[in-house]
Amino acid sequence: MNMIVCVKQVIDPEAPPASFKIDAATNSVVPPAGVPPVISPFDEQAIEAALRIKDAKGGKITVISLGTGLLRDVVKKPLSMGADELILLEDPAFDGGDSWSTAAALAAAIKKVGEFDIVFCGRQAADWDSGQVGSGIAEILGLPSVTLAKKVEVGDSKVTVERVIPDGYEVVEVGLPALITVSNELGEPRYATIKGIMSAKRKEPIIWAPADLEIDTAQIGAAGRRVKMLRLFQPVREGACEIIEGEDEADAGANLAAKLAEVKLL
Amino acid sequence: MADNKGVLILAEVVDGKLAAIATELLGVGRKLADDLGEELGALLVGSEVSGIAQEAIAFGADKVYVVEAPALKDYRTDSYVPVVEKVAKEVMPKILLMGQNSVGRDLAPRAAFRLETSVSTDCVELAIDADSKQLLMTKPVYGGNARAIYTTESMPQMATLRVKAGEPLERDDARKGEVVNIDAGLDESAIRTTVKDTVLEEIKGIKLEDANIVISGGRGIGGPEGFQELEELARMLKGAVGASRPPCDSGWVPDTIQVGLTGKIVSPDLYIAVAISGSSQHLAGCGGSKNIVAINRDPEANIFKEAAYGVVGDWKKIIPAFKEKAKGLLA
Repeated sequence: MNMIVCVKQVIDPEAPPASFKIDAATNSVVPPAGVPPVISPFDEQAIEAALRIKDAKGGKITVISLGTGLLRDVVKKPLSMGADELILLEDPAFDGGDSWSTAAALAAAIKKVGEFDIVFCGRQAADWDSGQVGSGIAEILGLPSVTLAKKVEVGDSKVTVERVIPDGYEVVEVGLPALITVSNELGEPRYATIKGIMSAKRKEPIIWAPADLEIDTAQIGAAGRRVKMLRLFQPVREGACEIIEGEDEADAGANLAAKLAEVKLL
Repeated sequence: MADNKGVLILAEVVDGKLAAIATELLGVGRKLADDLGEELGALLVGSEVSGIAQEAIAFGADKVYVVEAPALKDYRTDSYVPVVEKVAKEVMPKILLMGQNSVGRDLAPRAAFRLETSVSTDCVELAIDADSKQLLMTKPVYGGNARAIYTTESMPQMATLRVKAGEPLERDDARKGEVVNIDAGLDESAIRTTVKDTVLEEIKGIKLEDANIVISGGRGIGGPEGFQELEELARMLKGAVGASRPPCDSGWVPDTIQVGLTGKIVSPDLYIAVAISGSSQHLAGCGGSKNIVAINRDPEANIFKEAAYGVVGDWKKIIPAFKEKAKGLLA
């Protein structure tokens, strides 16, 4: 089973909200000091989905990441979890893209990798929360897609996917090759092992520039954007919380009930 | 591009009626169409949906495009994308809107790429720019820490609207409109996925999205036992129990009760957040609640910034006393 997983380096979404800052002049986010970036959590779950298949059936996992300023310790994490190969689309020409131009570049890279049975992506990246690069890659490559997977099982020449719906899940069968996006319901991704970290250290990523892919540079990065961001801002929080107190915690709890009854919320 | 006209919304049908999101899209779409001085169309797709066309008109549509085929009974990527493509090419709308739900999340991006346009997903505000007449698409980004306003030159301008972000119009059955049938023209052999089964979580009591009171627990609840306590309280208050992501990811509670960016969006009168720190991605699911009450040990927890009332302390001591007092008050 040949699998490709697309991952993105993002600002850690678990960083405290108070550390989140915007530079209004450039409409960009200021990376919080002292908080290193991470692989977008849904992408780590996509890695986990691929690793579970590798555990059960064997196979090769190729990871592709697009971005600039990619920290090796961060983007090598999938290798230390058990992936086999890392390809970086790390070139200024790929930078500043939107979903359209990012999917175009990743699709071109996947085509260059050549042989694959499944392409995995996270359901959305934790920065722009757009959730369309996976479907976009599938559309460009003409692959069937199943989004929001919580479980993926491989049979003979087809995959069975449990797809999250509001009150449960659908069991969807799709032939190979296919693209699958993974949701957090898949469960916690595994930790890197010491052995994995050692072998990841020795492994050098393959770096592809636009010239290595058969793609017009007008299609990628900022040049290929189809949406324009007019403004990026932090919504104002009104924040006037009335703290209910009491003689002790229990008393405060009782006072809260009394207060809510008084304002007719109970 | 100059030929594109009007606003078209995807009107989803649930249990033989317009879905709530469809009425919300019609409400938002009506305003956009009026601001442009153009028509509002609704697209109805399914196996037997023509009977719902009048309902779409009553909620604001000028024109309803009906695409019916047995294969369109349930949503499938490979059957719905070609329908949207065909209708978009025939109708040529300036703006095409869908809901940000399990259909729109899957359909909108793929349809946008097929139509060689773009889509801004999960918008909470849509407006027409007074000067450029372009669609201004506002969406939360970075898990809700920030908002971005997007525009696009590509046609149709596509967006998905967050559930409960739009206000439906008052239903008016006197409203007149036109119904247009469009042939599905489906090639069923091109449908590459098969749905083998649909497994639904059994819902005890009141549905989370419909409850007037929601009691949600976070990581600080510590395990499934704690959630039983919240459930007892919810039963007493005739509410429903929700959760932030960590308890779902840890398997303490079913994934289906997750409230947040990637879970359910709720807007009850009273939302009691117990041992929830208040990450932006959780607030994306409960920020529309009329009143948020926070119970948390950490006085600096972000949730207090959103709450109208709060108690600082250990929920294990606060909740039993709260319940006891509430029981007396409700008796």
